[in-house]
Amino acid sequence: MSERDQSYVDALRDAALQEMERDPSVVCFGLDVDDPKAIQGTTRGLALRFGSERVFGTPLAEDAMTGVAIGMALAGLRPIHVHIRMDFLLLAMNQLVNIAAKSHYMYGGHVHLPIVVRSMIGKSWGQGAQHSQGLYAFFMHVPGLKVAAPTNPHDAKGCLIAAIRDDNPVMLVEHRLLYPHKGPVPEALYEQRPGRARVVAPGSDVTLVGISHMLVECLQARAHLAEKGVSAEVIDPIWLAPLDTDTIAASVAKTGRLVAVDNGWTTCGASAEIVARVVERLQGTRDLRVHRMGFAPTTCPPTPSLEKLFYADARTIAAAANDLVEGRSTGWLPEEQPDADAIPFRGPF
Amino acid sequence: MAELAHIYRSLFRIRRVEEEIARVYPTDVIKSPVHLSIGQESVSVGLCEALRPDDAAFGTYRSHALYLAKGGDLRGMIAELYGKATGCAGGKGGSMHMIDVAAGVFGSSAVVGTTIPHAVGYAYAVKLRREPRVVACVFGDGAVDEGVFYESLNFAALKRLPVLFVCENNGYAIHTHQRLRQHVPDACARATALGIPSERIDDGDVLRIAERAGAAALAMRGGEAGPVFLECMTYRWKEHVGPGDDWNLGYRERAEAEPWIRNDQVARLATLIDAALRKSIESEVEAEIADAFAFAERSPFPGPDALHTQVFRERP
Repeated sequence: MSERDQSYVDALRDAALQEMERDPSVVCFGLDVDDPKAIQGTTRGLALRFGSERVFGTPLAEDAMTGVAIGMALAGLRPIHVHIRMDFLLLAMNQLVNIAAKSHYMYGGHVHLPIVVRSMIGKSWGQGAQHSQGLYAFFMHVPGLKVAAPTNPHDAKGCLIAAIRDDNPVMLVEHRLLYPHKGPVPEALYEQRPGRARVVAPGSDVTLVGISHMLVECLQARAHLAEKGVSAEVIDPIWLAPLDTDTIAASVAKTGRLVAVDNGWTTCGASAEIVARVVERLQGTRDLRVHRMGFAPTTCPPTPSLEKLFYADARTIAAAANDLVEGRSTGWLPEEQPDADAIPFRGPF
Repeated sequence: MAELAHIYRSLFRIRRVEEEIARVYPTDVIKSPVHLSIGQESVSVGLCEALRPDDAAFGTYRSHALYLAKGGDLRGMIAELYGKATGCAGGKGGSMHMIDVAAGVFGSSAVVGTTIPHAVGYAYAVKLRREPRVVACVFGDGAVDEGVFYESLNFAALKRLPVLFVCENNGYAIHTHQRLRQHVPDACARATALGIPSERIDDGDVLRIAERAGAAALAMRGGEAGPVFLECMTYRWKEHVGPGDDWNLGYRERAEAEPWIRNDQVARLATLIDAALRKSIESEVEAEIADAFAFAERSPFPGPDALHTQVFRERP
């Protein structure tokens, strides 16, 4: 079948639609999945196509509805539970961590829980403290959970399909700013299998690992660095758990320098995990320089003047990477340019 | 008579299994916190009289009684307490996470209230597939304090799901009485407020519990009746966790237990069946228990490789 350009939103919707067509045990629910906005369009048309028993909006009950997904999975369904903000998952932590992650092990393999938990990270237009958090490191910490953070429409579709077909709980982390992005997406069903990263752009001087929306910023940073004569290799981990250490370490074995750029805090975060794994793997084999970037160690402020400083961006990434290559603080910062994502995204949500 | 004999067997079996657990516990062969159901057996036994083998049951960390009443394998249970590879969870669950999928026992949680929505979700699947099955959801009065209780009951009522909610009310969350935790200590009123028909059974009468659970289950199998809530008052004779008594702690008086001990359903049912039949049931149960403990004793512990297996289910 053919490949055509599609938005991240449409790729997610098609993945769910095609999988629900294929497998009658797949159900989809969450706050507002069947309302007129349909989770920014990612669930549009599903209720009409599959009926209100397989696709339904829920009461505001993240804790119980996560438990309901677990019960459904015990009974042989394959639920997709959708959250319009990742921040809301904090209401479901007991079910996710104490039950979903542990049941297969704790019950000696007698049960398994094929559950997909979709959640969206917000950014800009004043999302503020509780609409902006990238909390996937919490879930990476716990054995028994898989975590994907696809950064383009192709992988969004492939990761969602892989998540639906996986017999374990999978957290699918989506970034609001990626939703309007377009790219080539096959019409056919395919899986972006867990634990496989991708080298998105080749380079030889420094490795940039960009998580979630930070992958977009890393690609822009690579362009800035090229002007400076620095060649950056950019890696999209795609899956954070399991994490493809091999691909990242192979790149750093070549470049000797790693900047792990997260869409979350650095302390005990995904960037810390990536750096630690690479250093454990490569220490003693060559000279290494590593650096983590992520949210400022503060709560996310809504005002644009401060929010801008809260996140890493292409310029600060390029500056940090350049300093790593130079081995000193050079003070170099690329010229400011219009934010590519500011054009397609307008508020309020 | 056959039914009474079945009920007596189930009550006696649970009582004797737990007495045996308490007896061997000081030897440390069971390295698992045990929350014994001694004194509370009639709730699980009455409930399970209403259930069929393909019905599902969800319990709490105090679920030895539910596991056994629902048909859970005794050898697997005792081996699990011993941490053996032959345990119902391969030594990875312990007393608080008993499971026997073949018997419809879908596990239990150490975190109070946690399994309530699992029963509801399971029932959603049952209803979606138009199956004539019932899902039993057993929890204590402590779970009624938890937010997930309300969220779960609301959803079950909203979708008219075939869930038989059973509040096994022994009056205490560990050592804290219900009246110290609930301004209105009335679980039925809460269920009623959420639109779920509810009924309290005050005296632990196993026959009445079986009758009321049976009526609710029968209606649910038709596919249209929504959830039902039963609050079964009962009393824990032993300490919250462990094999001993705890009258010395001072949070409850022994006098409070006396009416329950006088009303012991194991002793009561023993008087309702033929003496010869009773004797044969008891000797069969004793032999089964002896076999299960011997099985656990001689079973191997899991090998070191088992540590890393079953974190994820691999694709078949």
